Amino acid sequence: MIEQNQIYGIAAVLLFCVGLHGVATRPEMVRKVIALNIMGAGVFLFLISVAWQGARAPADPVPQAMVLTGIVVAVSASAFALGLVRRLAGLAEESAAEHGESPAAPPKEDPK
Amino acid sequence: MIALIFDGVLAVTLVALAWRVLAAPDAFEAVVVFITLGLLMALAWGRLAAPDIALAEAAVGAGLTGVLLLDTLGALPHGSPPAQAAAHAEIRGRGWPARVATGLLATTLGAAVLSLEPRPSLLAGQVSAHLGQSGVSHPVTAVLLNFRGYDTWLELGVLLIAIIGVLALRGSTRLSGETLARPPAVLAWLIRVLTPLILMVAGYLLWLGKHAAGGAFQAGVVLGAAGVLLWLAGWHPVAREWLWKVLWVIGFLGFIAAGLGQLLAGANWLEYPPETAATFILCLELGAAISIGATLAGLFIALHFPPRENLSGGPNERRP
Repeated sequence: MIEQNQIYGIAAVLLFCVGLHGVATRPEMVRKVIALNIMGAGVFLFLISVAWQGARAPADPVPQAMVLTGIVVAVSASAFALGLVRRLAGLAEESAAEHGESPAAPPKEDPK
Repeated sequence: MIALIFDGVLAVTLVALAWRVLAAPDAFEAVVVFITLGLLMALAWGRLAAPDIALAEAAVGAGLTGVLLLDTLGALPHGSPPAQAAAHAEIRGRGWPARVATGLLATTLGAAVLSLEPRPSLLAGQVSAHLGQSGVSHPVTAVLLNFRGYDTWLELGVLLIAIIGVLALRGSTRLSGETLARPPAVLAWLIRVLTPLILMVAGYLLWLGKHAAGGAFQAGVVLGAAGVLLWLAGWHPVAREWLWKVLWVIGFLGFIAAGLGQLLAGANWLEYPPETAATFILCLELGAAISIGATLAGLFIALHFPPRENLSGGPNERRP
């Protein structure tokens, strides 16, 4: 019989892998930041599924404290990443304007 | 049995939403689905007996991260639809190797997770054995502020680095002059009504951390949300430039002061005597909550307003 925490453990693995796939394949930077956040959610969910000690017992407080710290660090790191994304977009726009191209085109990431 | 079915449905929904976030062709839709995912994550934390994390996730995952992402989407130049379609066709063409590799990784990790033996945690036993000396009765707060105070101290350091990084990218450290021109009347009224309530909730969460789920992190995140809302209403929660910097560092410096004080008193770094531990923890939590709130609000404001000075135009002059 599968346990409650095992269900969330599997979900955690799948979240992590979906996020990793997104980081690897999505070309837009904002989407990559979101995908990194999904990977982080998977890691947090795994830690708490390990902390689970039965439906009647409170969960292990040490992983809970780690995840709590991790959530706040993740949002500040995401804010910094989004700052980088904005700066990158601004620079791309500037250089496109300099070269007389349309600034609307998104930057290409990989040469064929 | 019903509970297990609920967990199963929730788990499948989480993964399906995560997939949708990354597969959605429209970036706006992706962000909205991601916010939904954050809300459902809070439900999962509740199911896993981790209400502290559920509170923080509801405020961060569903609130602040969503605000930051939506704001960034609004600021970025939009790619033309044909260019987006071309990018998507390109991904579809090279998707299979990545999918196979991800599938293999998921299978391996999943098998590893299922083979984990449930065992009582040694650390949980130690926490409950020493909880009486920590000054608080809620074990998560005891770990965060007392047993692993280092982690929380350095986490405040990470927040400082994040705000310094964002300000450096922006090229200007001035925040207090920035404001929205004219907020909509309904928004301004609503925020005027809501702000006292939000501040009360933050204070309550901070106090509650002593004996139940809550504490500096949840209170700080709620304060950060209040700061963002006030800013959107055209109010300056922090009017002076130097005050921003004081609020950002107060939590970090508070830990240093407590650590140095205890070192001089002959104890270890960040070790509190059991009799006064409750006071230490409450003061440190207050500082941490203020710093977390001010930093998160500052991150949003610094990102929202692009620098007005040209970066290549020499050093920034302070306006009077």
